[in-house]
Amino acid sequence: MQTNRLDTGGRIDRSKPAGFRFDGRKLQGYTGDTLASALLANGVSIVGRSFKLHRPRGIVGSGAEEPNAIMQIGNGASTCPNLRATQVELYDGLIARTTKGWPGVNYDIAAINDVFGRIFSAGFYYKTFMRPQSLWHVYEKFIRRSAGFGRAPAAADPDKYEHLNAHCDVLIAGGGPAGLAAALAAGRAGARVIIADEQNEFGGNLLATAATLDGAPASDWVQQTTAELSAMDNVTALPRSTVFGYFDSNFLTIAERCTDHLPAIERSGSRERVWRVRAAQVVLAQGAFERPLVFCNNDRPGIMLASAVSTYINRYAVRTGERAVVFTNNDSAYQTAIDLQRAGADVAIVDSRRSSAGATAAIATGIPVLSGHVVVDTVGRKGIKAVRVGRWSGDATQTVDATITIDCDVLAMSGGWSPAVHLQSQAGGRNEWNDELQCFVPGESPQENRVAGSGRGKWSLSDCLEDGLGAGKDAASRSGYTPVDVEAPNVDTEEPASMEPLWRVPASQPPDRCPKQFIDYQNDTSVADVRLAAREGYCNVEHVKRYTALGFGTDQGKLGNINGMAVLAESLGKSIPEVGTTTFRPAYTPVTFGALAGENVGELFDPVRTTALHECHEAAGAPFEVVGQWHRPWYFPQPGEDLHAAVNRECLATRNSLGIMDASTLGKIDVRGPDAVEFLERIYTHNIGKMSVGRCAYGVLLGEDGMLMDDGVMARLGEQRFYLTTTTGGAAAVLSWLELWLQTEWPELDVFLTSLTDQFSTIAVAGPNSRRLLMKIGCDVDLDNAGFPFMSVRDAELAGMPVQLFRVSFSGELAFEINLSSSDAPRMWRTLMQAGEEFGITPYGTETMHVLRAEKGFVIIGQDTDGSVSPVDAGMSWLLSKEKDFLGKRSLSRPDCAREDRKQLVGVLSADGTTVLREGAQLVEDPHARQPVPMCGHVMSSYYSACLGHPIALGLVAGGRSKKGETLYAMQSDGSSTAVKIVSPVFYDPKSERQND
Amino acid sequence: MLLIACPYCGERAETEFSYGGEAGIARPKDPHALSDEQWADYLFMRKNSRGMHRELWNHAQGCRRWFEVERDTVSYVIKECYEIATPATSRDNQSRAD
Repeated sequence: MQTNRLDTGGRIDRSKPAGFRFDGRKLQGYTGDTLASALLANGVSIVGRSFKLHRPRGIVGSGAEEPNAIMQIGNGASTCPNLRATQVELYDGLIARTTKGWPGVNYDIAAINDVFGRIFSAGFYYKTFMRPQSLWHVYEKFIRRSAGFGRAPAAADPDKYEHLNAHCDVLIAGGGPAGLAAALAAGRAGARVIIADEQNEFGGNLLATAATLDGAPASDWVQQTTAELSAMDNVTALPRSTVFGYFDSNFLTIAERCTDHLPAIERSGSRERVWRVRAAQVVLAQGAFERPLVFCNNDRPGIMLASAVSTYINRYAVRTGERAVVFTNNDSAYQTAIDLQRAGADVAIVDSRRSSAGATAAIATGIPVLSGHVVVDTVGRKGIKAVRVGRWSGDATQTVDATITIDCDVLAMSGGWSPAVHLQSQAGGRNEWNDELQCFVPGESPQENRVAGSGRGKWSLSDCLEDGLGAGKDAASRSGYTPVDVEAPNVDTEEPASMEPLWRVPASQPPDRCPKQFIDYQNDTSVADVRLAAREGYCNVEHVKRYTALGFGTDQGKLGNINGMAVLAESLGKSIPEVGTTTFRPAYTPVTFGALAGENVGELFDPVRTTALHECHEAAGAPFEVVGQWHRPWYFPQPGEDLHAAVNRECLATRNSLGIMDASTLGKIDVRGPDAVEFLERIYTHNIGKMSVGRCAYGVLLGEDGMLMDDGVMARLGEQRFYLTTTTGGAAAVLSWLELWLQTEWPELDVFLTSLTDQFSTIAVAGPNSRRLLMKIGCDVDLDNAGFPFMSVRDAELAGMPVQLFRVSFSGELAFEINLSSSDAPRMWRTLMQAGEEFGITPYGTETMHVLRAEKGFVIIGQDTDGSVSPVDAGMSWLLSKEKDFLGKRSLSRPDCAREDRKQLVGVLSADGTTVLREGAQLVEDPHARQPVPMCGHVMSSYYSACLGHPIALGLVAGGRSKKGETLYAMQSDGSSTAVKIVSPVFYDPKSERQND
Repeated sequence: MLLIACPYCGERAETEFSYGGEAGIARPKDPHALSDEQWADYLFMRKNSRGMHRELWNHAQGCRRWFEVERDTVSYVIKECYEIATPATSRDNQSRAD
């Protein structure tokens, strides 16, 4: 039964009823309702339980500021928690659940907390659950269960979300009177305008006011204006769209809710769309929030903001009570009294001021006014039943005794207004206290924007409209358009707007003894909490926020913050501007993860790079290892084989006969130009000038700090032309590093750098039969040692395909790397595989590559090094030229780099000959030493070597090169230890005869 | 997200660029003539300015050019973007003279 629904009026469609469920109850509202207005129409007063004390709570507001009516909407994987009922549009079939209270909001066991409310003061959890620390994980479970605003679905989100980039001349945040006027002015001037409003209809407060414009209802002007705007090609009007973030260089983000207002069956396309807008100019027309008043038991269901009471009557045709009290310190709430009276309710006004223009007018209409009085306390646990009123001295240090009791079922309160300064604050603007308006207004902004309307304290409707037109013209002209004259509609009756500050009503008892006087409803922060924080020494508003949780909720303190700051200022004996405001951060209202992620999920989460041979590897059944964005074959299992069996087989096949691998992911850089030699001399540590054309060298790059950065093979292809390889992960970074030096430090060098990584594929063939294989498929280059020695490069034709043939080896075997056009690569791979059958050719992946190189003691930069390993530490002193300077050389003689006890690369063998050490295991001298046990090194790479028949590992050990033969202990993850022996890092073929074979 | 005017390509979103730290730090001509302290100063010490800051940016997803930006580290407002000043110290000397 919609007991509170008025027979006429409102913007609801009575011909379109919408059935919905609320905590399982079947209820009905109308299209045009919000969930909140439909609940109020049905007489539902309790919509939640408070965060800490589990007190019954009702709907307070009518928009983004709502702290209590936090709902979980929908079922299953599409369900969305933490939505404000005031912002959820009603549709047929909507399912809503409350998010607090067990077993339900009407009877909540944890409400016992309220009885002991005094102990749940600020810092309760910090103070109570600190000790013993080991029990925190037990406490946490219980605390977490009783906290929170709903549950995230466990299943994957089935809905689609999208991101859209847009540019415009003027972005207008907010489509109320000021925003619409700004859009009209900017749009008529010809500027490209985007106007976004969070509600389903433009108009803002004009949809909820009784005021008339040019003799007609305000909504007529809204309709006319939106019609004109939507007819303009240069204007994009976005309803249901919240401007939630304001970032640098006028970059703003808008969350557009596309389908959430529709019955499930009518939904199609993206559920939400995030607009990423770069605007030349911005107009912020977000409006203002009404302030609650602070008195004892000011949180009972039925106590609402006056503007919300008016909105429910005028926009939704819902009268929230029959006997109303309006409690105010300003004139704007008098309109609420008139709205209530017109809707047939009994009304009385309690005004803290002794006299006002509003009071005079109200008395004339027959509404009783108690001037110079305040509400001290309220009665009615599950819904307000009466207010207790006393005479107000105007001085918060003097207590007020309640002398009058007025029965009521709704209390409309108004403590004045606070501009919504959130976006301007996000933009980097400061907020300034305005003493006359008694609120923070946006101050100077570092960005190209302006605030219009009540967002900067323009309270009257005519001021808002004028201000919006001015802002729109200014924005258009600053983005290069000639403004045109636009006339504001005439506001027929202007409401007075005076106020006197009233930050809290002192009860006859001090705040920590009297009933709770709430400041922040969402976090149950009271006057007593803020004063306790001040007493305990918190004097910075940011610290008080964190200690008391004031403004910490999902509503970001839109309602209560200002009252909290005023109470803190009073406690500290400071003024409000001296206390200052907390920082507002995105998002203005909560945004779903789905919207933020957009299309960047699943396969589109991260780009995938595959080599030209990817399909060959897939066909061979190889699992893939992700290296950066590359997918590389990990190993090539035969039926029944696991990773270890496959790797053992691949290793032995390569060492004994022939292996083949796809090395295409190595970074490849072409370096050419008259100064190529000079440039590379300055970068790489070895002597480049001495390399003859056709020769290759192993090279390392150091950072200026002397630490290993990347490595690879350098080939001299001509007098002025080189070819470099980098590690797979380092390709982009190395190119960028080379460009940095070339462009910033040595622009006089005539050198060009080109990335060839994607142009060429690389196939490595390794093993004693690799030369025979190449000869078999036909090679026009002499492949024997004399004609083509180890570490050289030739242009060749191989199996009829042009290739660049390298004789290099990362396995220690006789090996060749074939560089060729990616379009030829699959044919070459198949040719090699077919011809290699007689040698038992065995494809191998990254795992076998790792084992083979570790057997030879070859480091992998980034696995065996961590940015703190110098070439000396890694045993590469032989690579460092003594004849020239190179990047990082000077650092190698810094005292720290020259220390003898630096961690050095060593081989590590488990003493039992069977244990494969854990990578990352710490090495210690005495595992039974008193804790903390001194660490002397750690294991970097560890494998089982099938070729050697025992496990091997590479490690970094302090002063390791002089520790060869010594025993250390590797700590295992279960706390046990294994004895290990420190040896040379070269386990296999120490004289390197095989690669020169 | 900053809007950065690449001197070669024009205004582009920050996501196309990578940051290169403080600009105008010239590599010593003869590193081996420096004391450890002098070398460490070149290697590690940075201005960490509050306010105007000269910094290097690379148009990594565009023309791949490095260039300089003068940016306010408090407001993030970019005053100017320009090609690398050569030699690297010239603008530094200028700003010290200011």
